[in-house]
Amino acid sequence: MIVTYALIFAFAAVSLSLLLTMVRLVKGPNTGDRILALDTLSINAVALIILVGIAGATQIYFEAAMIIAMLGFVSTVAVARFVLRGDIIE
Amino acid sequence: MSPEILDIVIAAALVIGGLFTLVGSIGLLKLKAPMARLHAPTKASTLGVGSILLASVLFAYASGAPSYHELLIIAFLFMTAPVSAYFIGKVHIHLGQNRKPLPKPARDRIWATQAKHEEDTPSVPEMKADA
Amino acid sequence: MATRFIQRLFPHPLLSVALVIIWQLLANQPSINSLVFGIILGVLLPFATAAYWPNRPQVTRPWKLIPYGLLVAWDIITANVTVAMIVLFKPNRNIHSAWVNIPLDIRTPEAITALAGTITLTPGTVSVDLSDEGHALLVHALHADDPEAVARKIKHRYERRLKEIFE
Repeated sequence: MIVTYALIFAFAAVSLSLLLTMVRLVKGPNTGDRILALDTLSINAVALIILVGIAGATQIYFEAAMIIAMLGFVSTVAVARFVLRGDIIE
Repeated sequence: MSPEILDIVIAAALVIGGLFTLVGSIGLLKLKAPMARLHAPTKASTLGVGSILLASVLFAYASGAPSYHELLIIAFLFMTAPVSAYFIGKVHIHLGQNRKPLPKPARDRIWATQAKHEEDTPSVPEMKADA
Repeated sequence: MATRFIQRLFPHPLLSVALVIIWQLLANQPSINSLVFGIILGVLLPFATAAYWPNRPQVTRPWKLIPYGLLVAWDIITANVTVAMIVLFKPNRNIHSAWVNIPLDIRTPEAITALAGTITLTPGTVSVDLSDEGHALLVHALHADDPEAVARKIKHRYERRLKEIFE
């Protein structure tokens, strides 16, 4: 029972933080902030997927969470590197 | 461990995880300087997601189907968070977003990001407009 | 002769151990099958890719990584509470960010990477840049009235221990 309430709270908190991150993503004001917002967005998405997995008592979303975590990191580094060097793979 | 205590631990991990994720995003929105904004999401969000993943492991254990592969995601996130932060910090320096000028390095001549700044031509000039 | 043969067979022992553990976690159920296959992968992958990374990282005292990991984990938790308090309750004008300049005594890339990662994950500091020849680390502190004290603490608390582990 207590887990259900905690789960609802966690869903609300993670969804709210996704919204706040979206605000920063739209507002900017510069490239670095947008990259940071995208990175945070992907980490929060991992949290949301895991929460869906707990709510459904299933392991099936694990791969999705893992892949989003990995792609989030790789894309952050790729965009940052593009801004730094104008090139991703040299 | 009795089921009730385990339930309380799972609920606590979920609440702590949600709170820290929220703190990370509030910090991202509230702090004023670009460099300061780097602090909240890299630390708070990572710990928040780690806590939620831990809750997932405990929940699987409590519901009788043990599963521990979430530990992989925890390890991955904690290893990659510093690297992302480092790259975004370099982007801030490269685009000249640091409010305070950088100090001189304690030992060497110059910081690595500045060295590129001086010797190469700026690679993405249109992105530097608002610096 | 024998040691050279073993070195050829296991060019990266730590990588092999990490691969076995990762395969166990991915399989998600302890069984002999996944253990055997994990060991096969752990031997085969470093052996097949050894030509691409000839240098073996120096870890002289790997067992000391465990107390160091626990120390860092504890610091991460306390650090996050501190940062959360600063973020939530300190008005922006009272937050004094500062650059912290850390001269490095450790030389190996692995040790510097570990130190930079530790700094980013702990109390209100993010490592941002390395000097062009790698003798100094630039750290940004979210709220520090005395940057010198932060640098001293990092050197004493983390760098000293990492020097023991890696050098």
